[in-house]
Amino acid sequence: MSAALLSVRALRKHFPIRSGLLLRTHGWVRAVDDVSFSVAPEETLGVVGESGCGKSTLARLLMRLLEPDAGAVTFLGEDVRAAGRARLKRLRRDMQLVFQDPHASLNPRMTIEDAVAFSLIVHGTGHREARARAWRVLERVGLDPRLYGRRYPHELSGGQRQRVNIARALVLDPKLLVLDEPVSGLDKSVQAQVLNLLQELKAERALTCIFISHDLNVIEYVSGRVLVMYLGQVVETGAVDALADAPKHPYTQALFASAPTMDPSRRLERPPITGDPPSPVNPPSGCRFRTRCAYAMPRCAEAVPPPIPLAADHHVACYLYDGGAVAFPHIGRPAPAA
Amino acid sequence: MSTLAPPMATGDVETLVGAPMSYWRTVAWRLRRDPTTIVAGALLVLIALAAILAPVIAPHDPGAGSIRLRLAPIGTSSHLLGTDEQGRDMLTRLLWGGRMTLLTGLTPVLVGFLLGTVLGVLAGFVGGLTNTLIMRTMDVFYAFPAVLLAIAISGSLGPGLWNTLIALSVVFVPRVVRVAESATVQVKSLEFVAAARASGSGVWPIMRHHLLANVLGPVLVFSSTQVSLSIILAAGLSFLGLGVTPPAAEWGLMLNTLRGSIYVNAWVPALPGVAIFLTSMAFNLLSDGLRDAMEIRV
Repeated sequence: MSAALLSVRALRKHFPIRSGLLLRTHGWVRAVDDVSFSVAPEETLGVVGESGCGKSTLARLLMRLLEPDAGAVTFLGEDVRAAGRARLKRLRRDMQLVFQDPHASLNPRMTIEDAVAFSLIVHGTGHREARARAWRVLERVGLDPRLYGRRYPHELSGGQRQRVNIARALVLDPKLLVLDEPVSGLDKSVQAQVLNLLQELKAERALTCIFISHDLNVIEYVSGRVLVMYLGQVVETGAVDALADAPKHPYTQALFASAPTMDPSRRLERPPITGDPPSPVNPPSGCRFRTRCAYAMPRCAEAVPPPIPLAADHHVACYLYDGGAVAFPHIGRPAPAA
Repeated sequence: MSTLAPPMATGDVETLVGAPMSYWRTVAWRLRRDPTTIVAGALLVLIALAAILAPVIAPHDPGAGSIRLRLAPIGTSSHLLGTDEQGRDMLTRLLWGGRMTLLTGLTPVLVGFLLGTVLGVLAGFVGGLTNTLIMRTMDVFYAFPAVLLAIAISGSLGPGLWNTLIALSVVFVPRVVRVAESATVQVKSLEFVAAARASGSGVWPIMRHHLLANVLGPVLVFSSTQVSLSIILAAGLSFLGLGVTPPAAEWGLMLNTLRGSIYVNAWVPALPGVAIFLTSMAFNLLSDGLRDAMEIRV
C-alpha cells in the first residue's frame, strides 16, 4: 500500500443542523466519521452502503468540493487538504467526478460540446483546441459530436447524458475517476452499456476508479476491492470475491444476502435485515450497526470496533472477530449442500 | 408537441448534421408563432411609436386650451377625441401622456431588474450572513403592499417625475431580489455547478456560464410581468396628486382632472382609463407569451 495513488486517513465530515434566524447549530449530522482507506494505481475500489451512509459525501470530500473537518487526503503524494487555490486546481485535473443525476449534472443552457470543453477552457486551453479535444472524447464515449455536439441536454436521453458526464470528466485526462452512483438513474440495459464503456475506458487510459453504488451487482461487476460503509463508517474492506463469497461483518452479510438473485438456492425466506438505519444525527454508541445486528454483545455499545485484519487485504470492524477467527451462524449465502 | 419543437436551423434533413437552434433563437421562434403575443406586441409597438412620435403627429399643442371649447365630445371636428375640462385636445394629450406612461412603466422595472438581479444573485451565491442581511432588508420593503409603499415614498419625497421613478424602483427591487435569490439558490445546488468546481473552475466562469445563464430567464419573465403593475402604480400616484404634476399630460393625472366632468361628458374622461387598460393589458399578454416561450423543459 506504500505506492497508493490516493490514501485517506481518519477523514471526518459533520454537517451542522442550523435553523432559526440566527442560524444556531442544534446538532450535527455525522455524514463521514473516521474513514480510512487507500487506492492503488489502476485498481477499482467499490464503495457500497445504504442510502444516507455518507458515500456521496465521501466523494465530495475527496475532491474537496466539501471541506473535511478532520483527517488527511493524500493524492499523488500531495496533501489535498493543504493545497492552495492554484495547487488544488492542478490536482483537480487529475481527479474527476462523475455525478449521479444525469438531469442535474448538465447545464440546461449549455450545448454538449461546450459543457465538455468548459473544463479545458478553464484550464487555459484555447477555444479551438478545447473544442477539438471535446469532440474526440465525445466520439470515444459513443456520441457523434457532429450529431450531438450542438444539442442541449434536454434533447438527450439519460444514458446519453451520462456519456456526456463521462466525457466531461475524461477530457482533462485524469488519473483518478470518482464515480458517484453513475448508473443508478439509468435503465438496466443502458446501465450495462455505460458500465461496459467505463470498463473499456479504464483499461484504455489506465484509470484508477472509485466506484460508489448501492447496487451490489454493479459493484461486483466493476470492482476489484470493496469498501462497505454503514452510517459514515467503514465496516469491512476486502477483495470483491472474498466479500461476495464469505462476507464477515454481519452488515456485509445482510447486504449481500438481500441482493436480489436469480439463483433459487440463494433464495431467502425472510429479509436478513429490517428497518431503517438509525439517524446519523444521533448514531448509536460503539458499533453503529449494533441496533440492527443479530449478534450484538454488551461490548458493542462501549467503543467503536477497530478494523481487525483477517487476511492481508481483508479488514472487518467487528468484535466477533476480535481474537482470531470465530465461528458463528452464517446468515449470508447458504453454503452449498454437501 | 411538434409545434413546440423548432425545425433544424439548416434545412439539411438528409444528414441531420445541422445544429439545432440556440436557446434564444428558439424562444424568438416560439414567440413569433403565438397569435396573442403578436397582437399584444403589435399594439405595444403602435403605442410606443405614437408616444415617441407625439411631437410630430399630435395635431395640437398639449398645453394650449380654449375656454370656449371645453369638454367637446368625441368626434368634434379638429378635435377627434374631444377636449378636456380646459379645452385642450384629448388626442394630443393622450399621445403625450403615452410617453410618460412608458417611461414610468419601464424605468422602475429596468432599475429593479438590474439592481435586483445583482443583489439577489449575490445573496443566493454567497449565502450565510450576506444572504440574511440582504434578504431581511428586502423583507422590510416587501412587507408593505406595493401601492402603500409607493404612496409612502412618493408622499415623503414630494410629487414629481423623478420622485415617482425613485418610489417605484424601491417597490420593484425587493420583488426581483426575491425571485433572483431563490433561482440562484436552486441552481447553485445542482450538480453541474459542483462539476464545474470539480473541473477547477473559479467563481467568475461559474457565475457567468452556469449561474447567470440559468437565473436570468426566470428573472426576466418575472420582471416583464411587473411592467403593467408599474404603469398602473404610476398612474395611481399621479391620480392622487403624488406623481407627475400638472400641467404635464399623464394618463393618471388626466383621469383625476377629468373626474369631475364625468356627468357632463362620460366618454372623454374614460379615454385615459382605456389607454391605461390597453397598455398594461398588452404588457401582461406579452409577458405571458414570453413565459410560455421560455419554458423549455430541463
